[in-house]
Amino acid sequence: MSVNKENVAKIASLARIKMSDDELERMVPELNQILGWVDQLSEVDCTDVEPMTAVIPNTLRLRADVVNADPKTGGDRRDDVLANAPAAEHGFFGVPKVIE
Amino acid sequence: MMTNLTDLGVAAIRDGVKNGTFSAREVAEAFNANVAAAADLNAFIVTTPEKALEAADAVDTARAAGKALGSMAGVPIGMKDLFATKGVQTTAASHILEGFTPQYESTVSSNLWAAGAGMLGKLNLDQFAMGSSNETSYFGNVISPWRRPGGSNAQLSPGGSSGGSSTAVSARLAPAATGTDTGGSIRQPAAFTGITGVKPTYGRCSRWGVVAFASSLDQAGPMAHDVKDCAIMLGAMAGFDPKDSTSLDMPVPDWAAALNSDMKGKKVGIPREYRMEGTDPEILKSWDDGIAWLKDAGAQVVDISLPHTKYALPAYYIIAPAEASSNLARYDGVRYGLRDLPEGAGLQDMYAATRAEGFGDEVKRRVLIGTYVLSAGFYDAYYTQAQKIRTLVSQDFENAFKECDVILAPTTPTASFGLGEKSDDPLGMYLNDVFAVPASLAGLPAMSVPCGVNSEGLPLGLQIVGKAFDEQGVMNAGLAIEERAGFTAKPEKWW
Repeated sequence: MSVNKENVAKIASLARIKMSDDELERMVPELNQILGWVDQLSEVDCTDVEPMTAVIPNTLRLRADVVNADPKTGGDRRDDVLANAPAAEHGFFGVPKVIE
Repeated sequence: MMTNLTDLGVAAIRDGVKNGTFSAREVAEAFNANVAAAADLNAFIVTTPEKALEAADAVDTARAAGKALGSMAGVPIGMKDLFATKGVQTTAASHILEGFTPQYESTVSSNLWAAGAGMLGKLNLDQFAMGSSNETSYFGNVISPWRRPGGSNAQLSPGGSSGGSSTAVSARLAPAATGTDTGGSIRQPAAFTGITGVKPTYGRCSRWGVVAFASSLDQAGPMAHDVKDCAIMLGAMAGFDPKDSTSLDMPVPDWAAALNSDMKGKKVGIPREYRMEGTDPEILKSWDDGIAWLKDAGAQVVDISLPHTKYALPAYYIIAPAEASSNLARYDGVRYGLRDLPEGAGLQDMYAATRAEGFGDEVKRRVLIGTYVLSAGFYDAYYTQAQKIRTLVSQDFENAFKECDVILAPTTPTASFGLGEKSDDPLGMYLNDVFAVPASLAGLPAMSVPCGVNSEGLPLGLQIVGKAFDEQGVMNAGLAIEERAGFTAKPEKWW
């Protein structure tokens, strides 16, 4: 499978990365080279093969149902959470106007 | 002073501090001085000499008070700038995280500080750990301390993505450094710079507080001068962490204490598919040397087959970008890091502008590939197929380990190359990891150990892959090679 400039523009839009026409032009052959190379995977017969979900068998755990059981991942850390925000006001993340 | 402290490794420093041969402060000062004098190598994004001294003083004070010292007490280390360090900028070598100052400490770095280690600084890397030559960092290339002999001053690659780590250890700016390995990012740079690096079993080291690249593959590990130093440091890094859902809930063995290079009764598998067409004859020669050394250590060598080897790398370049495109969705200009808000822009425009400005070319390339292979209509053909191949690659190893205890292979298809030689050929760059990626896909412990130099005088590494949870078997075989390779080559100081 291969992509053209319109496809790449669509992918870039899905990925929320602004790209100029020049960048899109440049990405097309680069992506096609990589996609052409990974296409060899289609030659492997994978009938009856389960896709990998966990590389090392492990079981998902539940933590104790206690508020702030681990203070590092618990609540009451608003100031820490906002400390690196480019725009934080009144205890909230600031964003440009969303509703027109 | 008789000993040059910066020539010492983890064990020698730890024991010297414990015995009072020198103080932890003297060690920290010596490494701080080497770090300060090595700006030309660009191995560090930020240096933290005060942190190294503070940790050293705490160890000296604890020792004077007769307290028990940790397994890394008095050892200053470099921290790959992918680990969140409280109060110290953490960037993943990206513009989008420039200035990001974590309010918390990663589990792995916490564990190391608790064991008595100190931080010399945050090490440069490929941006978001995406790269094999350390040429994708927003903060500039890391330069290998190694040069080709004969007066050529061409700058060589320290490997990637842990290139700051490999350069720092190799150039004696740090006795050891943390690395992370998603598809070879500990082993390949270790091989390129003549040092030792271990990627443990997936889940041994907590991923909590490590900037995520491809979560089903990312695994932290130690990079140091020899096997014993790596065993000590891995022991300090590893351990169950409830904050990482894929953390292994099992005891951490005392790998350093149990190191044993006697390979009698052990079988070493030689995968025939790794003898690829076009592989550098010098790499094949080093592999043969490794086989001879392990035989000398008492091992029996057996021919094995890993039939899906050739599909591992293309499968990796679907799975890793797919996970990356999802992980990197968090960089949106809202919660942390860079924000680019063009005049009059709405929320969506802000996302797109921020990510355009904040991500480098290789990161964008992988996010686009990942977005494409996960998009409607292509998901099954690419992503599901790649995950099926991953199952087959993993089954290959399971079958092989019915016939052998560890696997021996080259770490890389070539020695280090010049900066700029491959940077305009993304696919050519990816092929660097052809021997490293299969073990990553299968989550298996693997290491690179130096085995000699090529005709240009550049280091080569051998890779050992083991069964899940058998870091001990891997490091024992590594030690058997280390004892016989007699690798003493060092880069000549020019920086």
